[in-house]
Amino acid sequence: FPLHVSPVAREDGWESESENKLDGETASDSESKSEFGGSPPVPTSDDTPEVLNRALSNLSSRWKNWWVRGILTLAMITFFFIIIYLGPMVLMTIVMCVQIKCFHEIITIGYNVYHSYDLPWFRTLSWYFLLCVNYFFYGETVTDYFFTLVQREEPLRILSKYHRFISFALYLTGFCMFVLSLVKKHYRLQFYMFGWTHVTLLIVVTQSHLIIHNLFEGMIWFIVPISCVICNDIMAYMFGFFFGRTPLIKLSPKKTWEGFIGGFFATVLFGLLLSYVMSGYRCFTCPVEFNNDTNSFTVDCEPSELFQLQEYNIPLVLQSVVGWKTVRMYPFQIHSIALSTFASLIGPFGGFFASGFKRAFKIKDFANTIPGHGGIMDRFDCQYLMATFVNVYIASFIRGPNPSKLIQQFLTLRPDQQLHIFNTLKAHLVDKGVLGGSEDA
Amino acid sequence: MSDNPKGQKKENQQERKEVDLDEGLVDLDLRNDSDTPDVPPPTDSTPEILKRALSGLSARWKNWWIRGILTLAMISMFFLIIYMGSFMLMLLVLGIQVKCFHEIITIGYRVYHSYDLPWFRSLSWYFLLCVNYFFYGETVADYFGTFVQRREQLQFLIRYHRFISFALYLAGFCMFVLSLVKKHYRLQFYMFAWTHVTLLITVTQSHLVIQNLFEGMIWFLVPISSVICNDIAAYIFGFFFGRTPLIKLSPKKTWEGFIGGGFSTVLFGFVFSYFLAQHQYFVCPVEYNSETNRFVTECEPSELFRLKKYSVPLLLQAVLGWETVNMYPFQMHSIALSTFASLIGPFGGFFASGFKRAFKIKDFADTIPGHGGIMDRFDCQYLMATFVHVYITSFIRGPNPSKVLKQLLVLQPEQQLNVYRTLKSHLVEKGILQPSLRG
Repeated sequence: FPLHVSPVAREDGWESESENKLDGETASDSESKSEFGGSPPVPTSDDTPEVLNRALSNLSSRWKNWWVRGILTLAMITFFFIIIYLGPMVLMTIVMCVQIKCFHEIITIGYNVYHSYDLPWFRTLSWYFLLCVNYFFYGETVTDYFFTLVQREEPLRILSKYHRFISFALYLTGFCMFVLSLVKKHYRLQFYMFGWTHVTLLIVVTQSHLIIHNLFEGMIWFIVPISCVICNDIMAYMFGFFFGRTPLIKLSPKKTWEGFIGGFFATVLFGLLLSYVMSGYRCFTCPVEFNNDTNSFTVDCEPSELFQLQEYNIPLVLQSVVGWKTVRMYPFQIHSIALSTFASLIGPFGGFFASGFKRAFKIKDFANTIPGHGGIMDRFDCQYLMATFVNVYIASFIRGPNPSKLIQQFLTLRPDQQLHIFNTLKAHLVDKGVLGGSEDA
Repeated sequence: MSDNPKGQKKENQQERKEVDLDEGLVDLDLRNDSDTPDVPPPTDSTPEILKRALSGLSARWKNWWIRGILTLAMISMFFLIIYMGSFMLMLLVLGIQVKCFHEIITIGYRVYHSYDLPWFRSLSWYFLLCVNYFFYGETVADYFGTFVQRREQLQFLIRYHRFISFALYLAGFCMFVLSLVKKHYRLQFYMFAWTHVTLLITVTQSHLVIQNLFEGMIWFLVPISSVICNDIAAYIFGFFFGRTPLIKLSPKKTWEGFIGGGFSTVLFGFVFSYFLAQHQYFVCPVEYNSETNRFVTECEPSELFRLKKYSVPLLLQAVLGWETVNMYPFQMHSIALSTFASLIGPFGGFFASGFKRAFKIKDFADTIPGHGGIMDRFDCQYLMATFVHVYITSFIRGPNPSKVLKQLLVLQPEQQLNVYRTLKSHLVEKGILQPSLRG
């Protein structure tokens, strides 16, 4: 449960990940500590804004911390709502910024841990690789979704046709620069940083792009998972606070089974309610499309089957409890149960992973960006697994491939292949009765 | 540091055996790397029979002979497997991938001299299995469409393939988190990252190799041979003419070897593709015949593999004395492939050299007598495989038609209808389809 206590209030016994400093420091860790000279203690500065400090100056430090956290939480949630209101384009930009900030935080930690000795180009190369991988992913997404736009503009068309080749060439340049930058006394360090950069890219960048794919599927696929993870955080904390007794995992000593299970049920319920409310609005359920004529994003469509109310029979067991025979639900709500379950059962593992990571490198928080909460990465550690899961879920159970992408691929085939596919498709459609045999459209 | 390749007969231009351990110690990070265990002295895994046959020669010549014999043995095995067909090649690639993974993981294990870390090796092999399962599912499903359609269980596996792979991976991830032991967090995170980077390098690229193979065996043979030829040619040129060192990382490499190797490789690729392009066996995409349940390579050779007349540029006309020449268009592509193999391929070798120096090991393993481990042989190949794959998808072929068809059939009926109408209008426009026919 990633509530990170700032140094101001560590003594009040609240959730504190690295409570005893000696926790992670024995045999193998101290070995690698001597190997790398140990990580310097990460300085923690209190960057609560002045205005808050003054407003809360007369409270005891414990309550002050609670208020700081609370206010910041509300601020973040409000910010979240505002961005949703502003639309998909702004959301995409925000996701991009969060990704860059997370990348920056992790790379900075790596830099600190290895306290690089003026390694040439290390930071330049890391940012360069970030740029390459982003270029690659954005190119793939843009080509898929904005196919018609791309076809119209000549330079874009060439860029998209040879996109993979260009991305690969850019990456190779970075690779060769890395090899040429190897300095005689620092080989191992440089390889470690290279590995660190790539693993960070793998985690941060790929998953942020999966989030954007989910977003394009419909804003509800973006909002519901993220809200479920946040709700699980908060609910597990509440349940743990009031009923917590049995510790859950050695890695995070403040998490309890009561919090875990209570959070699970609360999140599933929350997911059901939230999806019920959201499924009624087209702006959330429709896929984001790019309108060529108005050159802007539109979310306007006929809601798919998932978002049309249906009558479901309540299983006999629940009938006695609830008193209804049937209930009108959106099919999407059934999916939301799957999403919430994942968020509460597996999502925390992302949090444990991050906790282990912080203990391993003896840092309290990833950074100090958000007062009372730590860094951006601290807030998003559980989200990443969720984004991948939602993407895989959509690809497996909800939608098929993207039709415009298929058309685009079709157009690059040879004529005889095109004809073959066309005839097979036609036969299939006639077979299914979708196409009348005499259709001449 | 000596850089006269002439005096080191047993040194090949990849400077495997002759990495001077003293030199290796000099680039120690001044913080102590003393916790790295000493690399055990290389075991002599030369088979007995070779030892007896060569017992009369001096140590230097003996090593040279061992390397030479092993080189010939590897090349012969290569030819044998090519003869046996694509399926065997696929198995060979898979076998090599597993061995490379094993070698790198073993190094990681040794470097971190794991303190009985729970499940480290099981988890690494488990992740290897997951990632392979994911990739093979994607590849196999594409190419064996008809085979898969017939069997119900396979259909289910294919349709939910991504979900199943992800679930398997997640199980491994959760196991890792649960296996974190209080005193060994950092070590365990290092090993986790080590495993993943290794997977990224070895597994993804071996699958790219297999996809190249399916495009046509020539796309598998020419790149690999170019890299091998570049190795050998650069060594020979370096041996005879080598003078100026190329890069501090590999002091035995020289500019003369680099450039000479480059030109020879381009020439070799050019000539080699000329010979291969004539046989359907090498040129045709590998397809699976559902009736005979075997792989077939039979087709109408595409345009790339039909002789065309090219006019020789005036410059060369004077030299060669011909005005036109009959060439396969593929030979042009082979120039691009060979150029990459000679210019960028060596960077893969430098990367591996740097890696070995960083972790103070002489060779990745001792699998091949005289040559080191499998990874030592294949370090330049990996960049090549990715390049060829990107090259093919960008310049040669479009997407796989059966994959497009498969995805079309998965769409919703209304979407299918829309697509059908778009395709139809496109085909009519291009004149491929007569508009007067009904459908």
